[in-house]
Amino acid sequence: MAGIQLNRVSKHYGNVVVMSDLSLDIAQGEFLVFLGPSGCGKSTLLRMMAGLEPVTSGSITINGKDVTDLPPGQRGVAMVFQHYALYPHMTVYDNMAFGMRNIGLAEAEIATRITDAARMLELDALLQRKPGQLSGGQRQRVAIGRSIVKNPSAFLFDEPLSNLDAALRTRTRVELARLHQRLQSTMVFVTHDQVEAMTLATRIVVMNKGCIEQIGAPMDIYRRPASRFVAGFIGQPAMNFLDTERAAPHDGRLCLRIAHGSIFQTGLLDADVPTGPLTLGIRAESITLDPQGELPGRVDVVERLGDRTLVHVGLADGSNVVAEAHRDSSVAPGEMVALRIDSTRLHVFDAAGLAHHAPQ
Amino acid sequence: MARKQPKHWKNWLNGLFVLPYLVVYVLLLVLPLVLGWWLSLRDVDMLADTSDFIGLKNYADLLHDDIFMGAVRNTFYFVGMTTPVFVALGLALALALNRPGRTGAALRAIFFGSSVLSVTIVTLVWRLVLMPDKGLLSNLMVGAGLQPLAPLVTESLALPSVALVTVWWIIGLPMMLFLAALQQIPQEMYEAAALDNAGRWRTFMSITLPSIKRTVALVAVIEVIQQFQLFGQSYLMTQGGPNNSSRPIVQFIYETGFTQWALGYSAASAQVLFGLMLIGVSVQAWLGRQRSTEEQKS
Repeated sequence: MAGIQLNRVSKHYGNVVVMSDLSLDIAQGEFLVFLGPSGCGKSTLLRMMAGLEPVTSGSITINGKDVTDLPPGQRGVAMVFQHYALYPHMTVYDNMAFGMRNIGLAEAEIATRITDAARMLELDALLQRKPGQLSGGQRQRVAIGRSIVKNPSAFLFDEPLSNLDAALRTRTRVELARLHQRLQSTMVFVTHDQVEAMTLATRIVVMNKGCIEQIGAPMDIYRRPASRFVAGFIGQPAMNFLDTERAAPHDGRLCLRIAHGSIFQTGLLDADVPTGPLTLGIRAESITLDPQGELPGRVDVVERLGDRTLVHVGLADGSNVVAEAHRDSSVAPGEMVALRIDSTRLHVFDAAGLAHHAPQ
Repeated sequence: MARKQPKHWKNWLNGLFVLPYLVVYVLLLVLPLVLGWWLSLRDVDMLADTSDFIGLKNYADLLHDDIFMGAVRNTFYFVGMTTPVFVALGLALALALNRPGRTGAALRAIFFGSSVLSVTIVTLVWRLVLMPDKGLLSNLMVGAGLQPLAPLVTESLALPSVALVTVWWIIGLPMMLFLAALQQIPQEMYEAAALDNAGRWRTFMSITLPSIKRTVALVAVIEVIQQFQLFGQSYLMTQGGPNNSSRPIVQFIYETGFTQWALGYSAASAQVLFGLMLIGVSVQAWLGRQRSTEEQKS
């Protein structure tokens, strides 16, 4: 079976359980992104796949071979590190050749592979330079080149873009997407940046405290987050959460009353949602400024982003929501506005943080 | 123009900050060096209280002085014995003890501990081990039914024994310097090497050693300078004997200067030592530069 399989993988440091019984199947050619906040265990998981961190129990299969106890070099994977980890005393060429020389590849073959990779990554002119003479972006390309020449069965990326400046990060992101299309290799990518995850992944694995919160295609996760944690982590700006009271159901549908008294009918069956306090989740794009809107508030801050305008509105109960206004809107701080909420795109979270969505 | 003058003044006043250092440097280093050089060109007799300019005669005499030439040979032999050991053993210890945890910390403290002892204590302890007939070594050998060795009174073993004691005494500093250098190497680089299929030896040769080459050069330079000045250990353990086989240059300087009171002759031999050390260090620096330019070219 090609790709990477994690079977009931656990990791303990002494008595501290970092993750337990985690299973995952990464398909051949997939671009899988592990997304989560610092300390959620995503890097540990990647390092266990690479063999840099032993697993406490469970097994890892790469390309059909059980690699659980194999050293890193024999797993057929290549890794790109956050701080590049280039060998500073070697030229770019030698950095790329090092791994191939270690497995006794002929110099002619090494030269061919490096030339090909250098052309692909536009490193031709830099092959005789040392890493110290390169810019951050060039170093990152060398690190990627060093992985490509090994023809690995999977690429592992450990937050490779986090050391680049914003413009370069966007460009490198596109280059990585292009690289994946060209090579069609399995790529596993770790990041805490949801934009990277959304733009690169074929599937995202959202992690929190050593557990998988949700696995799915980027837009599925965005539209139907499995939990309040995922809903808050994915999307820019973060989803608005409003405390609600349960109102009497209407036509069997769940109805929720928010602080100032407005009642929203959701698409959910009232009987499907457990009792207890419920939280309403609404994305900024589902709240618009509309004079006929049902929710009054006072504008606090206006963020004009060019393609859209975000308006932070203080509600009567003291809570704050972010709404979206037309990009040319002339709304100003201090103004009283009314907000309209698109009730077809509501997310409901129960006391345990689990999400409930109306069937599509 | 009139405005510029105070600015110049200000610049000159900045010089005051380096003045204290400059005064100490000139008084304690430059002046003695010049005076020593001047003294080495004179025939000074402290007992008769005479001093005559004799040009380079002291240096010419030194060339034909068998005891001095023997001391030069001994010193080179000693530096040749100790410096490579300091580099190799210091690095080996650092590699072995470069790990977290209590055992590593305790062993690091133990190996460094001997460096704080004074030369008198160290030589006293080792004399108890190495002295003929009653020493620990001799007793052990007799106990094992072997012919006892008396290294301090054997010509071929006296200087190597002093070298052994010196290494035991101050191996801690090179070890600490190497440890500091090793800890500067990012862990990610070793992980990259592991993913690059590099074995332990290959990792050491291709990653570790090139990363700490400056420290290797530093340790070598420090040890060459320090070991050229060998005196205390040999003076206290063998008094330069047997048959001058462990007499280093500094002991020769001391004896000619302060027991025979031939200060000019002593100053000349001190200048020779200075010259030798300068040559040693320059050659090393030159070799280091050659290597790094070669690497840059390749």
